[in-house]
Amino acid sequence: MESVLGRYRNLIILVGVLFLQVLGLAMQVKKNGIDVEKTRLIRIWAVDAVTPFERMLVWVQTSTGNLWHNYFYLRGVRAENRQLKDQIEQMRLQQVRLADDAAQARRLQTLLAFKEQFISRTVAAQVIGSSGSDLSRIIYIDKGENSGIRRDMAVMTADGIVGKVLLAYPSVAQVLLINDQSSGVGALLEKTRLQGVLRGTPNGEVVLERVMSDEQVSAGEPVLTSGGDQIFPKGLPVGIVTKVGSGRDLFLNIKIKPAADLSKLEEVLVLVEKQERQTTEDAVRMRASDILAQRLPSVPDKPAAEAAGAPSGHSGSGAVAVQPKTAVKQPAAAGTKPQGLAGAAKPVASVKPAVTGASTAGVPKPTKTSAGASQTSITLLPEAQKGADMTGVAPIRSQPDASQTNAPSAPPKPATPPPDNPQPPADENKPQ
Amino acid sequence: MPITYTSGEQVEVYRFGIPITIGVPLLALFLQAFVPLRYPRFAVYIDLPLLVTIFFAMARRNPISGLLTGAVIGLAQDMLGHNPIGIYGIAKTVVGYGASSLGVKLDVENAGARLLVTLGFYFVHSAVYFTVARGMVNMTQTWSWSRGLLAGLANAFLGVILYFVLDKFKQRT
Repeated sequence: MESVLGRYRNLIILVGVLFLQVLGLAMQVKKNGIDVEKTRLIRIWAVDAVTPFERMLVWVQTSTGNLWHNYFYLRGVRAENRQLKDQIEQMRLQQVRLADDAAQARRLQTLLAFKEQFISRTVAAQVIGSSGSDLSRIIYIDKGENSGIRRDMAVMTADGIVGKVLLAYPSVAQVLLINDQSSGVGALLEKTRLQGVLRGTPNGEVVLERVMSDEQVSAGEPVLTSGGDQIFPKGLPVGIVTKVGSGRDLFLNIKIKPAADLSKLEEVLVLVEKQERQTTEDAVRMRASDILAQRLPSVPDKPAAEAAGAPSGHSGSGAVAVQPKTAVKQPAAAGTKPQGLAGAAKPVASVKPAVTGASTAGVPKPTKTSAGASQTSITLLPEAQKGADMTGVAPIRSQPDASQTNAPSAPPKPATPPPDNPQPPADENKPQ
Repeated sequence: MPITYTSGEQVEVYRFGIPITIGVPLLALFLQAFVPLRYPRFAVYIDLPLLVTIFFAMARRNPISGLLTGAVIGLAQDMLGHNPIGIYGIAKTVVGYGASSLGVKLDVENAGARLLVTLGFYFVHSAVYFTVARGMVNMTQTWSWSRGLLAGLANAFLGVILYFVLDKFKQRT
């Protein structure tokens, strides 16, 4: 017996070690799937052994890069600055257009007692590592439980969603990317509003499943989160459709190109806090025309006499702009609705303190995240603008700061009169 | 390509210092996790922990030592991912045992032999991994021969270079 054991000692030990590992695997795999939380204690050893080096290397790399780009390599910065300023102007105009759509959507939401989710707090984190295997598409970020990160929190970049937090350790968190085959995200097609489930494939591609084959889906259509998974808020960009083919079981096979470059992630935002609230009549509102008015070049004040002699039909609120103090007593001016940009552009310089004093606080302030992503946040305060067709721009974005941001939405103030009253009161232009 | 049969007495058996025994696998795991952030294809084609397992197993020429080295490195690699712990562990245990058993019987000191051995064990590793992943864990896996062959060759060539560097740390028993 001893000779047999001695002879096959190596083989017996091999079988024993393999048996132990198979047993361990069997304990992890259950009918309901794999719960990584059960092996958290074991995994943390490997993570703690590797991540300090990764963190250090990322720090050295970032510091060197910053030194070079911020102090030495400044070629072309002026031209880029000019270009960015032009871009900002264009985006401001675009924002005004979008504000109209938002206002309309808000009115409909109010009618439907719609509950919406707001991103109220995000944490910026740096990507410091990966699993090192193409069969497990995860990344490690340098923030964990100590920064308020918990399991199943959404992770995204300025371009689009990235994944969700799978495990959170004290100073590190593991993020499951959306192109992993065990990932699933509720998504919808932007134009057709068809809903499906976003999944990763073993090859690292992203596909949209559960869309019936009789639906019309075309390549190039944007895909957004649907909010159905209770992890990602509705409306975040996911990617665009690249290929549509017939799949199995009467479903389409829709390939998606993720909006965020999942292979080159450096910084991400973790959505640590969401707010859900119901849209109400008291919701914060602001006319899109006023947003534009604050951005267009100023119109110099005209003499009071000239303004008083202006015909009432010529953009009544334009008269208000020129003579705020006297114009408030002109019924013709007060009763006239703003007329597109003509009505919007008038109150630029002189009216701001008198008419839109409250709304000046709502000028979008671009904030720079540590991730380098600049996000514009609209925090709008109530304004008594009755009779306006375009009202109600909701705060829809968070304000990520350097590493941690806290940007609560402006609380709604019940200062707005009923919007269905077409005649504003005589003292509507007084400062609120 | 001189793959020669040698007797157990003729085969050199090496050992390594503790810093190398711990540091090299740790460095391999670290690079395997870090490099794909900059070069995403690295994780698809290269498996540094596998190369380290094969090297230590072949150099020590002790099956028990080889399989334990493979098990520890494989389990550590499993811990960095989100799949169940043990898939890489089982695959690398088999590879460690096989490489050390082969090292006892064959002279695997030259570059040609190392290239072939590494290529062969890459396929053994992939086969065991896929079998366990599909059979036990019910993971969806796809196998591409072209990609597998390319990855095997990439690992084999990198392995030859890596083994040459790691040879410097060998200590004769």
